[in-house]
Amino acid sequence: MSITPIIDGQLDEAALDQQLQTLIADVLGLDPAQAAAFDAYSGLFGHLPELDSMAVAGLLTEMEDRFGIVIEDDDVDGEMLETYGGLRAFARAKLDPLQTHS
Amino acid sequence: MSFTWNIPALDGSIAGEELLLAFDRGRPARVLILPAWFDEANKLRRFTVEVMRRLDAAGIDSFLPDLPGCNESLAPLADQTLEGWRRAADIAATSFAATHVLAIRAGAMLAPAGLPGWHYAPQSGPKLLRGMIRARTIAAREAGISETSDELLAIGRSEGLTLGGWHLGAAMIAALEIAEPALAPGQHGIAQLELGGPGLWLRAEPAEDAAQADALATIIIEALA
Repeated sequence: MSITPIIDGQLDEAALDQQLQTLIADVLGLDPAQAAAFDAYSGLFGHLPELDSMAVAGLLTEMEDRFGIVIEDDDVDGEMLETYGGLRAFARAKLDPLQTHS
Repeated sequence: MSFTWNIPALDGSIAGEELLLAFDRGRPARVLILPAWFDEANKLRRFTVEVMRRLDAAGIDSFLPDLPGCNESLAPLADQTLEGWRRAADIAATSFAATHVLAIRAGAMLAPAGLPGWHYAPQSGPKLLRGMIRARTIAAREAGISETSDELLAIGRSEGLTLGGWHLGAAMIAALEIAEPALAPGQHGIAQLELGGPGLWLRAEPAEDAAQADALATIIIEALA
């Protein structure tokens, strides 16, 4: 069975936040309210005890499935994983490769 | 309830003996359970058995065999092949006189084509490998070692590879690179969305969810009613 991406490239900011926060809560088993409270400066890798290297791998694989993107080895760096804002900017750049993003 | 089951060797030598968890009361519906693999097997073990308990309560027998190299098996995992596991699944289906199969995650790649049943959240070989290799490259990076997915796969194809503590042989890795679960006639996919919560294999630690076990068991019970 192939997995159909739940969302496509045209995604407004609120929808991206909601999808990404749900995904993080699903992968890490967090209370959805905790994930929904993430802002750009919320710490992820190194800050959340649930997020070890296995969980990072699961998170990235789930992002590939749900967002319909491909994440290469070279894409994965400390900056994208350190904060929610970093991960969000990464997801946005992957979804809209031709658009500039902040 | 724990039993053992035997897998005859191809060369006629002594059969391998493996653990079998079963609810067998000689009832007409007999479901072979092919569990998730590796790390996901641990995370989903309790969930899987909870589904079996619900099937038992609804009058359905179920059988959860260890494949060679998995769980309590004494066979080395590194010696196992995808073909060998498919053969073991076929032998299990015959040995237990299974009438249906419930294959979970990567277990869907082993579902005997002759049995009707279900693939729950099936996982393909390439995705399984990608996730396991990614976990290794990320852990390596934390340790200050540089490994790329392509390099690891090349090593895996020729020598085998240890991923997340699971030692996979070269033949297994080469087979997984192209293995896809296929729904045989009478088999149906069950998507995670139908269980009403996130997949328990995603969790960092094994967890359980009675509502999801209820949902999966209900799909099977209603189909067999």
